[in-house]
Amino acid sequence: MSTTSAGAFDRLMQEAEALASEDSRDEIVGTFYRTTRSICEESVTYQTQAGRSEKLDAVLTSPVWGFPMMLAMLGVVIYMTIAGANIPSDMLASLFGAGEEVLTLAFQAVGAPDWLYGVLVLGLYRGTSWVVSVMLPPMLIFFPVFALLENFGYLPRVAFNMDRLFKRSGGHGKQSLTMAMGFGCNAAAIVSTRIIESPRERMLAILTNNFVPCNGRWPMLIMLSSLFMAAGFAGGWQTLATAAVVMGMVLIGIAVTLIVSWTLSRTALRGVPTHYTLELPPYRRPKVWNTIVRATMDKSVFVLKRAVKVAAPAGVLTWILANIHWGGSSVLEHIIGFLDPFAYTLGLDGTILMAFILGLPANEIVLPILLMGYLSTGAMTEVNDLASLKQVFIDHGWTWLTALNVMLFSLLHYPCGTTLYTIYKETRSPKWTFFAAVIPTLIAVGVTFTVAQMVRGFGWV
Amino acid sequence: MTVESYRIALAGNPNTGKSTLFNLLTGLRQHTGNWPGKTVLRAEGSFTYRSRNFQVIDLPGTYSLYSNSADEETARDYIIFEKPDVTVVVLDATALERNLNLALQVMEMTDRVIVCVNLIDEAKRKGIVVDDRKMAARLGVPVVKISARNQEGVDALLDTVFRMVTGEMKARPVQVRYSAATENKISRLVPRIQSLIGPDVPARWIALRMLDGDRSLLDSLKAHWMSRGKGDGEVEHDISRSV
Amino acid sequence: MVRGKVVPFSDMPEGVSARIVRLDVEGTMRRRLLDLGFIPGAVIEVLRKSPLGDPTAFRVSHTTIALRREESSKIFGEVIGG
Repeated sequence: MSTTSAGAFDRLMQEAEALASEDSRDEIVGTFYRTTRSICEESVTYQTQAGRSEKLDAVLTSPVWGFPMMLAMLGVVIYMTIAGANIPSDMLASLFGAGEEVLTLAFQAVGAPDWLYGVLVLGLYRGTSWVVSVMLPPMLIFFPVFALLENFGYLPRVAFNMDRLFKRSGGHGKQSLTMAMGFGCNAAAIVSTRIIESPRERMLAILTNNFVPCNGRWPMLIMLSSLFMAAGFAGGWQTLATAAVVMGMVLIGIAVTLIVSWTLSRTALRGVPTHYTLELPPYRRPKVWNTIVRATMDKSVFVLKRAVKVAAPAGVLTWILANIHWGGSSVLEHIIGFLDPFAYTLGLDGTILMAFILGLPANEIVLPILLMGYLSTGAMTEVNDLASLKQVFIDHGWTWLTALNVMLFSLLHYPCGTTLYTIYKETRSPKWTFFAAVIPTLIAVGVTFTVAQMVRGFGWV
Repeated sequence: MTVESYRIALAGNPNTGKSTLFNLLTGLRQHTGNWPGKTVLRAEGSFTYRSRNFQVIDLPGTYSLYSNSADEETARDYIIFEKPDVTVVVLDATALERNLNLALQVMEMTDRVIVCVNLIDEAKRKGIVVDDRKMAARLGVPVVKISARNQEGVDALLDTVFRMVTGEMKARPVQVRYSAATENKISRLVPRIQSLIGPDVPARWIALRMLDGDRSLLDSLKAHWMSRGKGDGEVEHDISRSV
Repeated sequence: MVRGKVVPFSDMPEGVSARIVRLDVEGTMRRRLLDLGFIPGAVIEVLRKSPLGDPTAFRVSHTTIALRREESSKIFGEVIGG
């Protein structure tokens, strides 16, 4: 392109600028909007009536009921997920157990070598079936229920109610919307932070999104609270108590999000919240069946596929580490032994810490790796139900403090590999991706250390 | 030449059910990615109607196209530079006053526009009556009332799209009339713009944005224009001819 | 609220309707507000405040838009009812 035509364009722009004035700008905009209004007045008629949305908002965003209703919604979603997932999870687990027996017989029949049986059945098959039976049922409930709430139009109300908290902490009002996405999947939520235009506030939302427990962490939070925290309750109360503990974790996550946002806004990401407008669209009755089908197809199947893809090799790797011996004990035992002293100061143990480290690719596999770690070092127990599962933990020295700190560590630690990769792709910054891993990790270590020292100091365990 | 393929762009405010329409049209024949060089989601899909192929591009949901954000720039650049065969502006029937702004903006940019009034079921329940004939007469473009979630009116929409892309139907978007002083300035700029960039650009719209002082648009216009002309010497009028 | 008085929208209690007189906002935010229907001459109703006191939801051209005090204090309206 010749410089003459580029120059001609610049000249024309300058000329136009000379023609333009503040008045002409306002005139253009004003005429434009007056035109649309007059078209509407001619072609649209309204029969005034108090809207359904107004009445609902009077409750859902009221000074008295706004926050209780928000907590209640969160509680109901968590309760439904826990209560509904229990039985199918057990069913899936026993189905996979039966499958394992068949596979075992088949391997014996063809006289397959022990190592092959170990890698494929005890490693790959067990790891994968654990992930599927633990993750699939809660997901099949959580995603559709959440999508219904989303399509109903409730999420912008959450942003409306919580706005002031985020403003005070220096974040964007829409940060709560991206957090809501995080309940499903943190990686997807990182992409959703695009709705925040200011780079500073978007970075805050990215760096703190991990404090919302994602679908890969729900199952472990649910399982540990029901085994250790709600153990004293019977029947329906147990589910309720479990839900209460899980909800407590979510609230801790939100509090940490606000604190971290506040701190970053006054240090590395200094600045004031930018202007923004939030639309509260009318509530719409969701197409229930469509929503459920779409949530299942788009979200559940997608997340499960990803989890299985990571879980299968991780299962194999764990089995291999547990079965390669060197100097009298397995590689796995060496790693565990190495991590143990530090892990103890956090109220955890070496196996737990190793599970979190090996679980970097996906949070879903932390629990299966943990169990494989325990089962491969101790006597091989068949884990068929939750009671025997609890026994495995107790045999390895777990107390309620261990369970609590595993939950806290899971809630607060570094994002999974997929999320970190997404953060890198979205920010194009190795530095901020590094911070996205380090900040949560330091917080996770700090919090679990403090809790462990306090609980032990007071002699509560 | 085998089967012809047409490009439909879906534009609209957020929360107008644009994605519902997109899903309904394309079903599982869709894929997502990023717009080149932008962190803005690009959703694309395709369908076949009366043995023609249609490619649907779901533009980001925006309140306007005045380059307030990356989303708006993306949507605006697509309509201006990629020139889809038809742009369907999806409006929320329950908030037409605000939604129509976008339709009028698109109508200043291209004459291949169809206005699609969605959520008509919702409007009916709220006692809102939309006179589509009167609206079409005022706008000079086809107006189709639909309910994407109930799959109502989609046939009529597709028929309208079909007739527009095949040239059977032509829209004559009515332009917003500004004050005499402004119109005077516009008419001074339009011939200059046409001789500089070519006849197939929305010169009136560019003139308005120049008077508006929309720097980011003018910069991207210049950038686009220069990259298109790369290597073909000095002839200014050539630029619009080829691509 | 006294009818006919010109005050910023941030000072109007819930339930009040007012006609926009002017916007003391410039640049992108002005554009955005105009896009949303906060146009001089338009009638806006103050719907309700967030449970924590801010932002406030407004009824504007048949939609509901929430603005923080930072913005609503720069939009002035003439009270017409409520």
